[in-house]
Amino acid sequence: MTLAPAFFYLFAFVTVAAGFMVIAAKNPVHAVLFLILAFFNAAGLFVLLGAEFLAMILVVVYVGAVAVLFLFVVMMLDVDFAELRAGFMKNAPLGAFIGLILLAELVLVVGFQMVRPGALAAPSAPIPAPGSGITNAEAIGRVLYTKYVYYFQGAGLILLVAMIGAIVLTLRHKEGVKRQSIAAQVARGKKTAIDVVQVAPGAAIVPPARASQ
Amino acid sequence: MDQLQAYWPLYPELALVIGAMALLMLGVFRPEGEREAEVIGWLAIGVLGLAAWFVLQQPAGTQQLFGGAFVVDAFARFMKVLTFAAAAVALLLSFDYLRQAKALKFEYPVLALLATAGMGMMISANDLIALYVGLELQSLALYVMAAMRRDDVRSSEAGLKYFVLGALSSGMLLYGASLIYGFTGSTSFTSIAAAAAQPGAGQNIGLIVGLVFLLVGIAFKVSAVPFHMWTPDVYEGAPTPVTAFFASAPKVAAMALFMRVALASFAGIKPQWQQVVTALAIASMALGAFAAIGQSNIKRLLAYSAIGNIGYALIGLAAGSPEGVRGVIIYLVIYIAMTLGAFACVLAMRRSDGMVEEIDSLSGLAQNNLGMATVLAILLFSLAGIPPLAGFFAKFYVFAAAVKEGMWALAIIGVLASVVGAYYYVRIVKIMFFDEPRERFASIQPKAGLVMGVMGLYILLYVVWPAPLVEAAGTAAKSLF
Amino acid sequence: MNLLLMEYLPLVVFMGVALVIGLALMVAPFLVAVRNPDPEKVSAYECGFNAFDDARMKFDVRFYLVSILFIIFDLEVAFLFPWAVTFKEVGAFGFWSMMVFLGVLTIGFIYEWRKGALEWD
Repeated sequence: MTLAPAFFYLFAFVTVAAGFMVIAAKNPVHAVLFLILAFFNAAGLFVLLGAEFLAMILVVVYVGAVAVLFLFVVMMLDVDFAELRAGFMKNAPLGAFIGLILLAELVLVVGFQMVRPGALAAPSAPIPAPGSGITNAEAIGRVLYTKYVYYFQGAGLILLVAMIGAIVLTLRHKEGVKRQSIAAQVARGKKTAIDVVQVAPGAAIVPPARASQ
Repeated sequence: MDQLQAYWPLYPELALVIGAMALLMLGVFRPEGEREAEVIGWLAIGVLGLAAWFVLQQPAGTQQLFGGAFVVDAFARFMKVLTFAAAAVALLLSFDYLRQAKALKFEYPVLALLATAGMGMMISANDLIALYVGLELQSLALYVMAAMRRDDVRSSEAGLKYFVLGALSSGMLLYGASLIYGFTGSTSFTSIAAAAAQPGAGQNIGLIVGLVFLLVGIAFKVSAVPFHMWTPDVYEGAPTPVTAFFASAPKVAAMALFMRVALASFAGIKPQWQQVVTALAIASMALGAFAAIGQSNIKRLLAYSAIGNIGYALIGLAAGSPEGVRGVIIYLVIYIAMTLGAFACVLAMRRSDGMVEEIDSLSGLAQNNLGMATVLAILLFSLAGIPPLAGFFAKFYVFAAAVKEGMWALAIIGVLASVVGAYYYVRIVKIMFFDEPRERFASIQPKAGLVMGVMGLYILLYVVWPAPLVEAAGTAAKSLF
Repeated sequence: MNLLLMEYLPLVVFMGVALVIGLALMVAPFLVAVRNPDPEKVSAYECGFNAFDDARMKFDVRFYLVSILFIIFDLEVAFLFPWAVTFKEVGAFGFWSMMVFLGVLTIGFIYEWRKGALEWD
């Protein structure tokens, strides 16, 4: 089937082009939208590799959450991007140089060096053969929670640190905000809400002092 | 229950993590306040002590868990005790300072515990994924700690710089790790070692590029030149006790990781990584020595001093022999003692209107506070490597190991760099003892005074009884080979 | 492999249709709409005044906190998917492994609740 290579080149081309536009776009919001395009095409590449689960996670987590976070941050910062980009041309030669080095290394690695014979013959967690009825998610689930439990729990701890960090660094409470206390409202009964006062004719009403309001 | 008992090699890290979560809950369910935060800080020190006790209870020999991803050997045990102790002392130093800065929150000790758990995972990592998970747990907690004083611009800047450069280094590390996985077919250090030991592995460009990127990522974490750019700014900007924490515990963990990666998994292509480590060592020593001369801020000076010291420690690793590793371990112990003592002195540089960080403000300290001046002088002479202080022996062991492996040039460069370095350490001593006295510092808090005194005494008296440390370090070093 | 990719054929067709309709709606106005621009007509209208400043406003940092907490729980849910489909195979160990993971995040959830991070002011 020749359609798969065609789609590979389509996705790959759009990913690279969108990646370039992320750094070239004038408007930072457009840059984030191009990033989303790149994520979508990367998900397409994952599908072509047969890694459906990763593709869907990429869409759900990266497009659904991370990109939205980026948009918030871009809108929050109010950075003068034109000014930021002024240094771009000055640093471009250096950036291009480093990029070239990385490219040369990649070419060296991929072009001249084969994977060690037999290196991938017996991976520690074999990928189930297609058509065996085992989906990606199942294949991951079979090892992630038992064999790789250490990494799984480590990831949980990293998420916990992220949660604590986000709150420590950004949470501020306004002073003097009155909040609704639902528990106090529900717990309010006859005793705390109603006073029965005997009023003598002609006398003023004196409410009795109450312990708690 | 049987299953729980099977995890006993993991108990120190489990204690730290469970302790951190318990303290988090304790902190959030009690009224917020500085007293509460300090109580939680003391409890965190207790948890660190418990974790260290668990490490000491572990029997000799090597144990593995999770299919070899987590390994506990004599080396890991030694490094863990050192890391936990350094973290506990750094925490102890932090309470008074943070209370004055109105930045004492209960999250601080909790994050320190989680970071220390990450360090334990790094020290015991025997798999590329385990390495990464531990490293990220540690780093993420440290980024937050650097920016803890969020209303202080310099602290936020330090956190941001540390985060951006740390993320970059993590990216490099992952790039290297993926290449190594691609060329060896495994993430386990044991399998990588087998692949690297095969004939022809030294010519495998993919493996070597992967190794170099992995080492670059780790070099960022130990702040070896040329991957040190973040160090002076972060050291200067972060709250001083956090800087003391950064300069001690994470350095031990990252060096331990460095040694395990180099020696346990890439022993087969030793000449290849030796070049990288040698280059890092020479560049770090040189920059540490020369760049520190012009500094006027003591925290920046200590940052360059840390860079230089990592360079000396890397000499021992470059030697790649059991003696070299023993030298690195001894170096780290003495470096931690000197660093924590020096930071206790920096924390004592406090006047009624706040902290001072300029070296000039130490002028004539000997006439105002002879005790502090003496301790600081001992620590600085030791950092300069003047016998018979501990710092001299630290350098002696690594240089001797390098010479034994025939790396004369490296040892000579090390000696020359330490002569240059001695200039700026001794200059501070001169400022303290012979210059005109300035305004007095406020009286030293007991905790900082205690740390100063203990570290100063240890550095001074190390020469009397070095045997226990040397023997323990020798046992730890052997378990890596 | 190809079997798997064939399952995505409807998705490709759907995308193609969406692309054609979307492009058609965007291109059609250029071709058929009446345009008669004038500087006054295309300038921003603000009750007769000239526009005061940029229409884009800074977002509150609280949005950031909400979305980062969302991402964390989003990831937690992502970990639940493979667990759910292999629930029978991973056994008691897999079950408790997930319970510990959820427990750690529940600690974080209690923390953020008590801290008031889920309240707007």
